[in-house]
Formats: sequence, structure tokens, C-alpha cells
Amino acid sequence: MENLILEGTNKTPAVTFLAGSGSLEISGKSIPENSFGFYQPLLQWLDEYAASPSAKSEVKIILEYFNTSSSKCLLDILRKLETIKKTGKGEVAILWHYEQEDEDMMEAGQDYNSLVDLPFQLIEI
Amino acid sequence: MAKIDLYHTYLQMEKEDIILSFKGDITKDLLSSVYQIIEARMEVEHEDHKRKKKFYHVLVECLQNMYHHMESLQEHKGNLSPEQAGSAIFMIGKGAAGSYLIITGNFILTENADALRNKIDVINGMNAVELKSYYLEKLGSAELSDKGGAGLGIIDIARKSGNKIEYDFQNLLDNFSFFTLTATIN
Repeated sequence: MENLILEGTNKTPAVTFLAGSGSLEISGKSIPENSFGFYQPLLQWLDEYAASPSAKSEVKIILEYFNTSSSKCLLDILRKLETIKKTGKGEVAILWHYEQEDEDMMEAGQDYNSLVDLPFQLIEI
Repeated sequence: MAKIDLYHTYLQMEKEDIILSFKGDITKDLLSSVYQIIEARMEVEHEDHKRKKKFYHVLVECLQNMYHHMESLQEHKGNLSPEQAGSAIFMIGKGAAGSYLIITGNFILTENADALRNKIDVINGMNAVELKSYYLEKLGSAELSDKGGAGLGIIDIARKSGNKIEYDFQNLLDNFSFFTLTATIN
């Protein structure tokens, strides 16, 4: 399957989803007014990826800001990744990054960790 | 428009410590510009990084909340009078003890006013711990929406600002109300 590469904008994050290596990264800002439009292709890509994923998926989330409309979409992404673990098709590790002293972003990582059954690593940058 | 004493307006805004104010059509491009202006202003003011992030976060939610109200009003636009059609207003400024204020004003359907009022009252009645679990509950259960964040915005404004949300509804004729929301960031 094809990789999904999107450049970041002032309202949407950069996306680098590499199917072969299982290296998935979302970084930057995510504050679009209608997040569903932006995240739809990512969710579709993940549907296909989850069918035959890499044995190990490493998912880096490095967000500076995200709005509440994105927060819903991020949860949907994590839930799609969760199915990879549930079906036993592969391992998934979430590397949740937050800026030093950004307690809100760190807490957001903990929040997601409590909502999905995936190993989270909280990484200060 | 009658002749306006712009200098008087300038002095008024200076006195009120208004950083930015706008009245008109709320578009995605406009919001992008506002974010850029505010980010630049924060840089100039050497605002504390943590506080800057909080302010920016609440600003995005407040403006997008208004944007979504405007969006959902579009189908009823034909019933709005010329002075109401497609317009909203917001002000970003400083309040007491260096706090930041974000005030938005927009039209909503009067039939939706009570539900919105109740929603804010419920949120205002919660402490930080309750807000967090309410947010998580909504996040975990809400359906994916192509519009807003399933009502998460208002909860997030309360959570991130750490203050009660002030609001006002002015009942107008023709089934519309003017809704004002004020968020304060200490």
C-alpha cells in the first residue's frame, strides 16, 4: 500500500504514515474548523493499514496544539490502531510528545491512554 | 454610516485595552489571520510560554465556537434582518491584573438558547476534576461530527481558562437571539 505524506499548514499537522516500516507520525498544529475533512483520509489509510499492518507500529504524536474538534479525530485514529492490537496482527506503541512544562499536552496524553488499550510513552521534548 | 470620530474610538479602545476587535463575516481565512496576529503580539510582549499556549488554546476554541454557530445559522439566514445576516463580533483584550479576555457575540436561534444556557450552567457548576471527567466522558462517547467537536468546545474553554464562562442572551424579534460569551484567562 502507498504511504501517506502530508505537509503541515498553519492549521493542520504534518503527516508521515509509512506502511512498510510501520512508522507513523503526526506533528505540528491541529486546529482546523472542520477536522473531519482533514482526518478522513488518515482514517481511511489506517483502515487499509490495519488489515495488514507492520509487525510493529511506532506512532509518534508530536502536537503543539490541537482543538477539541481534532481531539475527537485523534481518538478515532487511536481506536483504529487499537484494532491492530486487538486482532493480534501486530504491536502498536504510542509515543506521545509534549513540550517541557506543557502540562495540558501531557495530561491529554494520559487522557487518551485511559481511553484506549495501547501502550503509551509520554516523552518530554 | 454617520461620520465617526475615529480618534475617539481609538482612545476608547486604548483605554479598554483592546488588542483586536472585529465585526463582520467570520471565515476560515479571517480566523487564520487572527491566530497569526495574536501569535505575533504574544512574541512582542514576551508573554510567558505556558500562559501564551493557554490563551491561544482558549482563543481557538472561542472563535471556532462562534464559527460553528454561524455555520449552523446559514440555513436560516434568509430570516435574518440585514444587520444580522452573516455577521458576528469579537474582541480580544486585557482585563484586570493582566488577564486576557476573549468576548464573542453572534446570533443563534432562540429555540436553541435554553439548551445552550443549560449546558454552560452545568459546566460552570463543575470543579476542575469534574470538568476533566465530563470532558473524557463526552470525548469517549460522542459521535464523530463533521462540524464541531461534539460540544467539547465549551467544556474545554472552562477547563483551560480555569474560570467560569460568562454569557448573555438578548432575545430579539423573529426567533433570533444575540449570544455573548466571555472567557477570561488569568
